[in-house]
Amino acid sequence: MNYLRNIGKYFLMLGQVFRKPQKGSIFWECLFNEIEELGIKSMGIVVFISFFVGGVVAIQTGLNVDNPLIPKYLIGFATKRSIILEFAPTFMSVILAGKVGSYISSTIGTMRVTEQIDALEVMGVNTLNYLVLPKIISSVFFYPFIILLAMIIGIFGGWISGFATGLFTSDDYITGIREDFKPYFITYSLIKTMVFAFIIATVPSFYGYYVKGGSIEVGKASTLAVVWTSVVIILLNYFLTQMLLG
Amino acid sequence: MIEVTNLHKSFDDNEVLKGVSATFEKGDTSMIIGASGSGKTVLLKCLVGLFLPDEGEISYDGRPYSKMSTKDKRGLRKEIGMVFQGGALFDSQTIEDNIMFPLKMFTDQTKEEMLERVNFVLHRVNLENVNKKYPAEISGGMQKRVSIARAIVMKPKYLFCDEPNSGLDPQTAMVIDNLIQEITDEYQIITIINSHDMNSVMEIGEKIIFLKEGLKAWEGNYKTIFKTDNKAVTDFVYSSDLFKKIRETYNK
Repeated sequence: MNYLRNIGKYFLMLGQVFRKPQKGSIFWECLFNEIEELGIKSMGIVVFISFFVGGVVAIQTGLNVDNPLIPKYLIGFATKRSIILEFAPTFMSVILAGKVGSYISSTIGTMRVTEQIDALEVMGVNTLNYLVLPKIISSVFFYPFIILLAMIIGIFGGWISGFATGLFTSDDYITGIREDFKPYFITYSLIKTMVFAFIIATVPSFYGYYVKGGSIEVGKASTLAVVWTSVVIILLNYFLTQMLLG
Repeated sequence: MIEVTNLHKSFDDNEVLKGVSATFEKGDTSMIIGASGSGKTVLLKCLVGLFLPDEGEISYDGRPYSKMSTKDKRGLRKEIGMVFQGGALFDSQTIEDNIMFPLKMFTDQTKEEMLERVNFVLHRVNLENVNKKYPAEISGGMQKRVSIARAIVMKPKYLFCDEPNSGLDPQTAMVIDNLIQEITDEYQIITIINSHDMNSVMEIGEKIIFLKEGLKAWEGNYKTIFKTDNKAVTDFVYSSDLFKKIRETYNK
């Protein structure tokens, strides 16, 4: 019953979020701040993880392709497909759910328990619109660029791992990357990213905004936010994959 | 004048306000006192529009809140200033940005005009050279003063203060009390303070409302509170020997 109540409350929250901003200049200022906080400041970890995971995918594939009848270029092909279809959009989104989700829920939650949200309400500010809408817009429109970067760095990491281990040659890997390239897979990946970005911005905002109590409750809300954001991403990934590729 | 009529507010099965009625006049520093859980904060939150009452009416200068349109309610918000117990300053913004925020959000003033107003209210609360500091970099008393500055920057008609002295030393608490009273007199606004601090009550309580278990149990001022024989009030206010002695001395 509580789950149903929370789902209803979440959609009612979205109704308040999607209103015309009260002051355009303040909205743009908040939007650029959020692009920096949620997007640009996440790029370091995205680059780091993508590079090494791309490398590990290529090494694992290389180590498991020991049949001489299987061409080596399949290592590059498998790495490319894994990264574009799942690793970059889904795995990265789960990582961002942890990093960005906990940031969003703890900042909004702290604002709630220290009465900063009440102060905004008393002034007459639509707090959900002011606090959450810039987060949604910045995530939905900026994360696709981060995921594209993750794809490039992941594939590059795979290529570098070939030099490091000697499991495959550069030519084999590049041939594999070029083999059967389908641009629709990029579109599919970016559509998923935009949906996941929306979830990453809204679910933690929901947990932060409605927190009651003190610092312990803010901590619990952050944990719940990360758990539920990850669960929703994984479930939606299942349905989106079937809908878009099935 | 703010007129509260038969205000009821419940949370699930817990009825916190059980029919409170009161009036608050322009130019008066009114205080709401009472034990923890008596409904002071809920009453204050109803007055500022953070809680909607279940029953009853709040009228602001003859404008009943329940009959206001959304636009009128938004307009009313601009006439309200509030000082929160913990200050509620936006900790990611500088002092200057904190005070400027309502001006940026609700006016079309130029940056220079806003800055001039910010500096004026900072000067009014006796703060200088703190514009570029963050709330965490100044003391609790200074944070309260910044909170007052933010509350008056839009020239409100109604000022609400929730425990403005909590966590402050007696000297700083007195400075804050005097500041609030001066502002009330100077701008002829309606000020309502929710307080536990008996020093403040005795010093600036031009009107005092005592709440007990969600009901108004007594109403008076800083003079009549010494003479009242209302048991609920005397038990609460004169619970310490010091205040008992002050009362005896005053009544002699």
